[in-house]
Amino acid sequence: MTEKLSLFDRPNSYIGRSVPRPDARRLLSGRGRFVDDRQLPRMVHAAFLRSPHAHAHIDAMSVDLAKALPGVVAVFTGKDLAEHVTPWSGVLTHLQDLRSPNQYPLAVDTARWQGEPVAMVVADSRAIAEDACTLIEVDYTPLPAAADMETALDPDAPVIHPDYGNNLAWERLVEAGDVDAAFARDDVVTIERRFRFNRHTGVTLEPRSSLVDFDPAEGALTYWYSGQAPHMMQAILAKHLDLPEENVRLIAEDVGGSFGIKIHTYGDDIATAAAAMILERPVKFIADRYESFVSDIHARDHRVDGKIGVTRDGEIVALEIDDLTGIGPYSVYPRTSAIECNQILNLTGTPYRIENYRARGRVVFQNKNVMCQYRAVGHPVAMAVADGLLEDAAHAIGIDVVEIRKKNLIADDAYPVTTVTGMKLDDLSHQKSLDKLTDIMGYQQLREEQQALRRKGVYRGIGLVSMVEVTNPSPMFYGVGGAPIAAQDGASIRLDAAGALHVAASITEQGQGTNTVIAQIAADVFGTDLHRVKVTTGDTANVPYGGGTWASRGTGIGGEAVLQAAFALKQQVLDVAATILQSDPEKLDIERGSIVNLADSTERLSLAELGRIVYYRGNELPPDVKPELVATRHYRVTDFPFVFTNAAMATHVEVDIETGFLTVLDFWAVEDCGRVINPRLVDEQIRGGIVQGIGGALYEECVYSRDGQLLNASMADYLVPMAAEMPDITIEHIATPTKTSTLGAKGAGEAGTGGAPAAIMNAVNDALRPHGARISEQPMTPERVLRALSVV
Amino acid sequence: MAKTKDIKLMVNGEMVARTVPFRLNLVDFLRKDLGLTGSHVGCEHGVCGACTLEVDGKMVRGCLMLAVQADGATVATIEGLSTSGRIAELQAAFHERNALQCGYCTPGMLASALEYVERDGAADRHAIREHLSGNYCRCTGYQAIVDAIIDVIEGRTAP
Repeated sequence: MTEKLSLFDRPNSYIGRSVPRPDARRLLSGRGRFVDDRQLPRMVHAAFLRSPHAHAHIDAMSVDLAKALPGVVAVFTGKDLAEHVTPWSGVLTHLQDLRSPNQYPLAVDTARWQGEPVAMVVADSRAIAEDACTLIEVDYTPLPAAADMETALDPDAPVIHPDYGNNLAWERLVEAGDVDAAFARDDVVTIERRFRFNRHTGVTLEPRSSLVDFDPAEGALTYWYSGQAPHMMQAILAKHLDLPEENVRLIAEDVGGSFGIKIHTYGDDIATAAAAMILERPVKFIADRYESFVSDIHARDHRVDGKIGVTRDGEIVALEIDDLTGIGPYSVYPRTSAIECNQILNLTGTPYRIENYRARGRVVFQNKNVMCQYRAVGHPVAMAVADGLLEDAAHAIGIDVVEIRKKNLIADDAYPVTTVTGMKLDDLSHQKSLDKLTDIMGYQQLREEQQALRRKGVYRGIGLVSMVEVTNPSPMFYGVGGAPIAAQDGASIRLDAAGALHVAASITEQGQGTNTVIAQIAADVFGTDLHRVKVTTGDTANVPYGGGTWASRGTGIGGEAVLQAAFALKQQVLDVAATILQSDPEKLDIERGSIVNLADSTERLSLAELGRIVYYRGNELPPDVKPELVATRHYRVTDFPFVFTNAAMATHVEVDIETGFLTVLDFWAVEDCGRVINPRLVDEQIRGGIVQGIGGALYEECVYSRDGQLLNASMADYLVPMAAEMPDITIEHIATPTKTSTLGAKGAGEAGTGGAPAAIMNAVNDALRPHGARISEQPMTPERVLRALSVV
Repeated sequence: MAKTKDIKLMVNGEMVARTVPFRLNLVDFLRKDLGLTGSHVGCEHGVCGACTLEVDGKMVRGCLMLAVQADGATVATIEGLSTSGRIAELQAAFHERNALQCGYCTPGMLASALEYVERDGAADRHAIREHLSGNYCRCTGYQAIVDAIIDVIEGRTAP
């Protein structure tokens, strides 16, 4: 296909252009279509009573008063819904020996976290449903809680699932090379450090939202869904509500932020679907903010002990980590809660040449809200640990933190490379990225300025990170382990009678610009104007089968399917055009919505005229010409488990050593996501990701009491980054297209969140270093900074 | 249980009369009773700013005001501000700069931005960031929003 080479060099190419998102105009004028915006005839509203205890036996429940309240339609207990829904368990076969017990929509006998739903009220309004929740009487026997993950494996810890004997959900060991021998070498300096990454959560501004209708006449369930994986949820709902999969339709219109939060199975959402089936009418559940904090998945609850060994001239000889992570009382279905730990074991140190590596991961149950995959799964921890240890090592042997990276980064011309942990890497550009980073930030000048300011009592720090990001996952991520999660995605493109294109694609839009990127690729490859391309995503009844948008896979996988479909449709259209024009398809092309001569771009036939001939005046075509003006293609990554990207990031912070307050002065990122389809959208993904990463590094924490009570479950108490605290962020790119696809695009959605916490932590420590202080716990609150300085 | 009151108010240039429970907040009234779903609900306690809208010329949190308190008031929501053209320049600048991703915070963000621009706020990045600190955005990181507002103040945007 020599044609491939010209795809990105065509006149008026849309690939590589920062076109504004056509669908953003709707959102800008208050015409968004979020789940809670939709009202259906006979619709009723759900509210949930949630456990006030972290761990308690449910002895008895009385719902009579609630049922008697005017306006209440139904009240369901855990036992009631267990008769209508089969249970689920968050395990996958490729995560060997991961265990998690059966889970029902509502707690049945025992509540295992504060916030777990125990009863459901359906009423004419949400307000009445909430009133009725207060009338439900529950007799609990509180049980001892194993809230703290660091003691959850102690012999005397309360066991959350008695059949298991202890609170260990999963353990994995990795051993490569001879770690002990490397650490024992005479010429090796070792650094050890304990890191703590506290829980935070996604805080999607639109809370989790479900609206479910059930038509008993056809046995059809329709679920308006705010999420990222419609086909996955279709399979899950069908399985656990005992419906044929084809009778379940998921519709995701506008999604008000997801970041991984809305991709999981939540009992209250399944209960909403069950209630719609039982009541045979639409039921809506919109989580309020309190419910979001106590029931949206949390992430990053990790304690990591790390150890690095470097020679006196800075070569890494060994790396060892021990990760302990608390996941709440269940592994979340169907992606499991072992993936973040697994990612940390796989990714720590991956940018560098490391021959000797040992890692242990332990995933433990605890009586807190469930923990699962959130944007940049595992990356912020893996990068902060490796690059934190590396910067420590640089200072220990007295070389610059940029120099030590240069000595150890896998060279840009060394690929393909398989790491000691078995990660297959290709098409990366760590060295070029780091060079560009130090150039745009004016590294040397900043260092000089830093020294000068220190003499004036101003403590600024510079921190870097060299990172990888897992994108474009293959079936080896989830499908191999038995999850109903597609790794392939499809696109179907149709030319209509007016000459416009209609693309239906299985990837989803949550604001990152998926629909725009789809339109750009289709318009570019096919050869028409962007405004003549209409895109449909998010509706299982109208798009090909596919995985959706998560794990930075939308453009890389779904975009390639669009490219292949557009290319195929173009050939089909040219065949028809050649018949009409009595020409040869090889001599024709499509440009800006018209059939043209390939040689000189002279217009021969508009697509609208071609459409009219094919659809209305088929009599003008020879009988043996059977035009097919629709093409569908699917794509999956085959040669690699994932397609890695890389980035180099740096930040400049100032620490007020009297108050512990931190100011992020600047942030720079050089990122390589392969071919960039829409530079502005990519930059904004990275900026937004960096700010979420800064949130985790400095502000965001789900603070629990010792007995498992979430103490800051409101937006007033849980801090997220606000406009005034955030820096302007400079983004640059290196573009090394992946060879795994024609499009050459890798993912970009998570790099910022994966890298920023490492850079910020390194910068804070760089500022604290003159005081002999070090901080290793995130978020780095003023209090923790002062503790590190031994002020409090 | 829920006591009610008759209210009459001007919403986006139309006189509206309804009977509402005392406990119904303004944003729920606008969204559910009037179908004006452009104003969003993010926290229901006045922190996130997603429900920011205009009442009698002032930007308020629609979740911190009861519908009965808006009796006799003049209310403008994102829908009305769009139709009247008051936010046309901001909308164009936000579009051009991609100053929105999921769009959930956007109506409230535009309302706060309008307040700043109409008060002749300076094209000062820090002052704009301070002004927007009552409006949370989880997607953009805020920089593009600041850029868009500066474009409008400096007259670079043609609606």
